[in-house]
Amino acid sequence: MTAAPVTPPGQAAGPPPAGLPPMPVRSAEQDQFAASLHDMLGTSAAAAPGGPGAGGGLAAARRWADGDHEPGLALWRSLADLGVTGLAVPARWGGLGASAMDLVVACEEAGHHALPGPVAESLAAVPALLTALGDDRLCHQWLPGLAEGEVIATLAAPPGLPYALDADVAGLVLLAGPDAVRAAAAGTRHPSVDPARWLFEVTAGPALAEGPAVAAAFARAFDLGALATAAQLLGTGRALLEASVTHAGQRTQFGRPIGAFQAVQHHLADVAIALEFARPLLYAAALTLADGGPDGGPDGGPDSGPDRGPDGGLDAARDISAAKVACADAAHRAARTALQVHGAIGYTREHDLSLWLTKVRALIPAWGTQAEHRARVMAALTRDEESAWN
Amino acid sequence: MSDGPGEDPGEDRGEAGGGIAAFRAEVADWLAAHVPARPLPSVDTAEGFARHRDWERELAAARLAVVSWPERYGGRDASLLEWLVFEEEYHAAAAPVRVGQNGLFLLAPTLFAHGTDDQRDRLLPPMARADEVWAQAWSEPDAGSDMAAIRSSAARTDGGWLLSGAKTWSSRAAYADRAFGLFRTDPDAERHRGLTYLLFDLRADGVTVRPIPQLDGEPGFAEIFLDGVFVPDADVVGAPGEGWRIAMSTASHERGLSLRSPGRFTAAAARLVGLWRRAADPADTALADRVVDAWIGARAYRLHTLATVGRLAAGGAIGASASLGKVFWSELDLDLQETALDLLGPQAEVRDREEPDGRWLHDYLFSLAGPIYAGTNEIQRNVIAQRLLGLPR
Repeated sequence: MTAAPVTPPGQAAGPPPAGLPPMPVRSAEQDQFAASLHDMLGTSAAAAPGGPGAGGGLAAARRWADGDHEPGLALWRSLADLGVTGLAVPARWGGLGASAMDLVVACEEAGHHALPGPVAESLAAVPALLTALGDDRLCHQWLPGLAEGEVIATLAAPPGLPYALDADVAGLVLLAGPDAVRAAAAGTRHPSVDPARWLFEVTAGPALAEGPAVAAAFARAFDLGALATAAQLLGTGRALLEASVTHAGQRTQFGRPIGAFQAVQHHLADVAIALEFARPLLYAAALTLADGGPDGGPDGGPDSGPDRGPDGGLDAARDISAAKVACADAAHRAARTALQVHGAIGYTREHDLSLWLTKVRALIPAWGTQAEHRARVMAALTRDEESAWN
Repeated sequence: MSDGPGEDPGEDRGEAGGGIAAFRAEVADWLAAHVPARPLPSVDTAEGFARHRDWERELAAARLAVVSWPERYGGRDASLLEWLVFEEEYHAAAAPVRVGQNGLFLLAPTLFAHGTDDQRDRLLPPMARADEVWAQAWSEPDAGSDMAAIRSSAARTDGGWLLSGAKTWSSRAAYADRAFGLFRTDPDAERHRGLTYLLFDLRADGVTVRPIPQLDGEPGFAEIFLDGVFVPDADVVGAPGEGWRIAMSTASHERGLSLRSPGRFTAAAARLVGLWRRAADPADTALADRVVDAWIGARAYRLHTLATVGRLAAGGAIGASASLGKVFWSELDLDLQETALDLLGPQAEVRDREEPDGRWLHDYLFSLAGPIYAGTNEIQRNVIAQRLLGLPR
């Protein structure tokens, strides 16, 4: 297994040539990291047969849906061993302080294997929020445990995120907004369209941070959460396409595999195109964030990163929103096409397809709706002439 | 590819981004000083064609016509990244359409890959100066998407070949000087065997060109009738019978990197955002979303091309993945232009290239052809499904 590569933020792809965006590609180490996660989360996992992690993300998602969180939590412990839970935690708090691209690699694989649990929340948004708040006491209390995988975190942030996802497995539940971050207690549970997502109302507890400094930290957490969700959507879309191609090659009607019919081929080609052109937007967003984000430095903290240009933060918001829009649209197309190609068998709870289909539907509005993200892109484009050209 | 355009990404030249930044500035400055203030007449009129040819000569004199070519043919040995930068600046400056693009972007890559030194020395410099403008002669009345159905023939004669048959939808043929295409040299061979890649003179004895007005009324393409047209052996590209394989390598360039650079779409997207700021009703969120999606699409194509350049620099190939890009940019182009027309409202109907917004209608009509030429999007989807996804034939 290749552990997390710990790419220093902003150095993932070398300095971008003048006037061009950073080259939106993964490093060889990041490819290996992805392959390791794929092996670990896949159904052919090397986990002991019958052991808690056996069957990979898909089997764990089914058990999670039934209320048995143990196989899923075993996978989370394995992810912690690879460093995944510490990717967004700065080194001084026991994490890896890795780049946003490393985080994207991990979340893409999580989506690909339908990993249950608060992925965007615990791996990305909460560590980013605590780090950006810059309160050493809070960081010391929570970040080392998050990095070690001893604590899983989640949060609600109404109105966009009205519920805390999987708060019943979380050791840290937050209620966050631009004005305050509070500890929170899980209340009534609501089922999600994705049976492996458990949604909880929260009751506000004592304030952990208040005042004008919270807004920037919350904005940072929102960006990381949206980026992680976009990555999950891309990974889920890939899984849906792969399942569809396999099915279309095996299912025979009229004496031929249905994948030999042009109507089916062209639908799947359109899915491949959508995913292919969403991916560079996702990777570029990760690199933009690494380039100019408030805690871009390896040690994290609002003051340790490279100075942001006047448009650095703006472009990061623009690029993350563009990535979320494109990844959600591509995953949506992948889901609709996958169901149509599978036919009735895909409409059953029994078929694995249901795990990805329902996850896509749940993730599309999570961490900002398509309308909100498009509006954010438009705001950036119309704020200054330069943004539209670059 | 030997003796072809440089393919290193420009990052290992010890000059980091500095060389590219200086190159970008040089291109931008030159274009700012030279791009005609008023748009040239349509390239598909006799006057417009001549004016565009003059423009190409200006570009060539500044060694900006073919930056990615080797110096000996009039280029600068520019890297693919520099080529991308050139294209971004070219389109941002709203510089004239490239009248020689069939030759520059389709024939030249073929000559670099499959031509002889003699052919490159003889053909590339006049191509770069637009002294010889090339038309393409692929399609025939009964061979469009099914290019292997080609029936035009080349019969052996002393020192060369005699061409007979008809080609059609030949872009630029109404005013161009020469043409390249596939001809059947072995009448007994099946389909894509027995085809040969040949170059011929559009003013040679036995050639009749019949211009065909396009949707905009101008003869952007033509039929070519061939009756015993002599082609010397020196103007066969590759070996006789190898035409299909050679043309396919050209087609992959056409669909892939060189024909439609991202600069074209990022410039159009930026102009679309400008039009939105000037002319839109901010409350029209449906139209706002289309503007945003067009901008996102242009950026996606730019980023994807950058990643492709990186892959090529690492020794990778474009291959069948070019089909992904061809469908994407042709549909993106239509979405961009149609969004602009919908923004302009009833004014969009008016055809006046001199008007500031008159370009949108022109570019819209052009974009309508995108899903058809360079291999229809249906053919591309077949390629994606069968060769990239591995679905059964």
